[in-house]
Amino acid sequence: MRRALPWILGALGVVAVAALWELYKWLGPADGVVLGATAGQAGSGFRILPRTGDLNMPHVWDMFERLAAGNGPGTPPLWLSVLAAMGVTLGCAALGLALGLVVGFALALLMQRSRIVEWGVLPWVIVSQTVPLIAFAPIIARIGSQIDRGGFPWPGWLSVAVIASYLAFFPVAVGALRGLRSPDAIHVDLLRSYGAGYGQTLRKLRLPASVPYLLPALRLAAASAVVGAVVAEVSIGMPGGLGRMIIQFAQSASADPALPYGPVFGAVVVGLLAAGSVALLGLVLRNYRRGEAVA
Amino acid sequence: MRFETKEALAAVPAVRAVGVEKTFGKRAKAVGALSGIDLEIAAGEFVSLIGPSGCGKSTLMRLLADLDQPTAGTVEIYGRTPRQARLGQEYGIAFQQAGLLPWRTVVQNIALPLELHGVSYAERAERAQRLAEMVGLADFMDRPPDQLSGGMQQRVAIARALAEQPRLLLMDEPFGALDEMTRERMQGELARIVGQSGAAVVFVTHSIPEAVFLSDRVVVMSPRPGRITAVVDTPFGRDRPETLREEPAFFAKVTEVREALHGVPVERANER
Ligand SMILES: Nc1ncnc2c1ncn2[C@@H]1O[C@H](COP(=O)(O)OP(=O)(O)O)[C@@H](O)[C@H]1O
Ligand SMILES: [Mg+2]
Repeated sequence: MRRALPWILGALGVVAVAALWELYKWLGPADGVVLGATAGQAGSGFRILPRTGDLNMPHVWDMFERLAAGNGPGTPPLWLSVLAAMGVTLGCAALGLALGLVVGFALALLMQRSRIVEWGVLPWVIVSQTVPLIAFAPIIARIGSQIDRGGFPWPGWLSVAVIASYLAFFPVAVGALRGLRSPDAIHVDLLRSYGAGYGQTLRKLRLPASVPYLLPALRLAAASAVVGAVVAEVSIGMPGGLGRMIIQFAQSASADPALPYGPVFGAVVVGLLAAGSVALLGLVLRNYRRGEAVA
Repeated sequence: MRFETKEALAAVPAVRAVGVEKTFGKRAKAVGALSGIDLEIAAGEFVSLIGPSGCGKSTLMRLLADLDQPTAGTVEIYGRTPRQARLGQEYGIAFQQAGLLPWRTVVQNIALPLELHGVSYAERAERAQRLAEMVGLADFMDRPPDQLSGGMQQRVAIARALAEQPRLLLMDEPFGALDEMTRERMQGELARIVGQSGAAVVFVTHSIPEAVFLSDRVVVMSPRPGRITAVVDTPFGRDRPETLREEPAFFAKVTEVREALHGVPVERANER
């Protein structure tokens, strides 16, 4: 029962969002809510709540019905193309997460080893995250195409993965550094008294002790990698993934309002898959998540 | 045994400290933690260090363990440098906190030093289990530390310190965090365990009766700078029954240590 509770609450949350959507659609004003509009002047003021018509807010069940239908007679159903796009995006995000994990962990190991390195590197790690992804993505794509011309093939998905890793490495670096620093002085002294070197101290003490810090960092990194992959697909214009699909479908939304919600649901599922795999990892590593022994 | 004969074993002291000084910090901020420490502890001898907080007991312990280096003077452990002794596993160490790794079970914690030194799985399992039995934790071998009481955790830490069968045990207030009843029981067990192992012990404590009950000698220290002010012999032999705590000879030694600690005879202080 204790185990099931989060799942039940999660499912209830999803239902509540759908219910709220339908409730507003049913009760809300047809023209939405606009603040500070000048009378008689169309498009003035701020719309803080959307119009409730089927064009702007399709019914939840319409969205799902649309998933089952194809783009015309003889074409495969929408959910199949969404699934394929999910595969592409998930692949890019996973690769990005793996890259971010390696880079973030390597940085954390270097910073843990030497305060000088930490002082030199940590500010840049933090500054890196203030560069907007939108500005950054085309640069990566351009560097990639230059490498491509240099003789090595540089596919678009690699650019997407690198951009995703740019978001993912940050929480890993910060979380891993804290985790690697987390052992008590008494534990470090103890390992030293056994004559354990750097490698042994790392394997037997610092790595296991960093698990409770790494898991939340990984959860954040996984979500960031998915967001990064979707945004990167859009910004470098890579076809095949969810990002481009959402943009494409949004353009035909006036004729087919439920259409863009297909890839949006796809993105949600990819995010859940990413978070779910981290949760699974946490289950595997649960032994390392025990609190410090209380004396 | 690592030594050929009993005589050779007796000849080399377990600990020899000559003119040891330890200063923390530089110049104006310098803190004299230890000054002019001369101490010799024979193989198999149990010596307690007692004194008020800040008199350098832990610092001295850390110098013996090569967790810190003296500013001046020399330290030898069985005729070798502390560093050699540390790398050669000459000593086992236990602190006030048990310091168990929370993700390891009781036996895995006890086996940690063995694991680090490449002892085979079968042998370390066997040894760790025997040690767990010796400290009375046979029923808790596969429990994680967070399911043990403070006293049990401390027993695991002691078993871990004994895992490599060291010839020297360094213990820094190992019972400091325990309640009085658990503490007295643990003292009895420690006396028994140490008696079996034949190791020399350096034991830091705040408790005078504890020092007298356990030790062959009690070393009294005073602070600022930390130095040795008195050494009280407590020759009650190897076997120390609980009834020793009730004997007049025991009380006499407790009084002697207390007087040495406070620097004045206690009776006279009371008469005034
Ligand atoms: N790492 C350190 N840095 C600076 N001063 C220290 C350090 N360790 C101990 N000291 C100082 O050395 C003195 C002795 O400390 P310590 O050996 O811990 O005393 P005890 O264990 O007898 O209570 C104290 O004044 C303490 O403040
Ligand atoms: Mg101390």
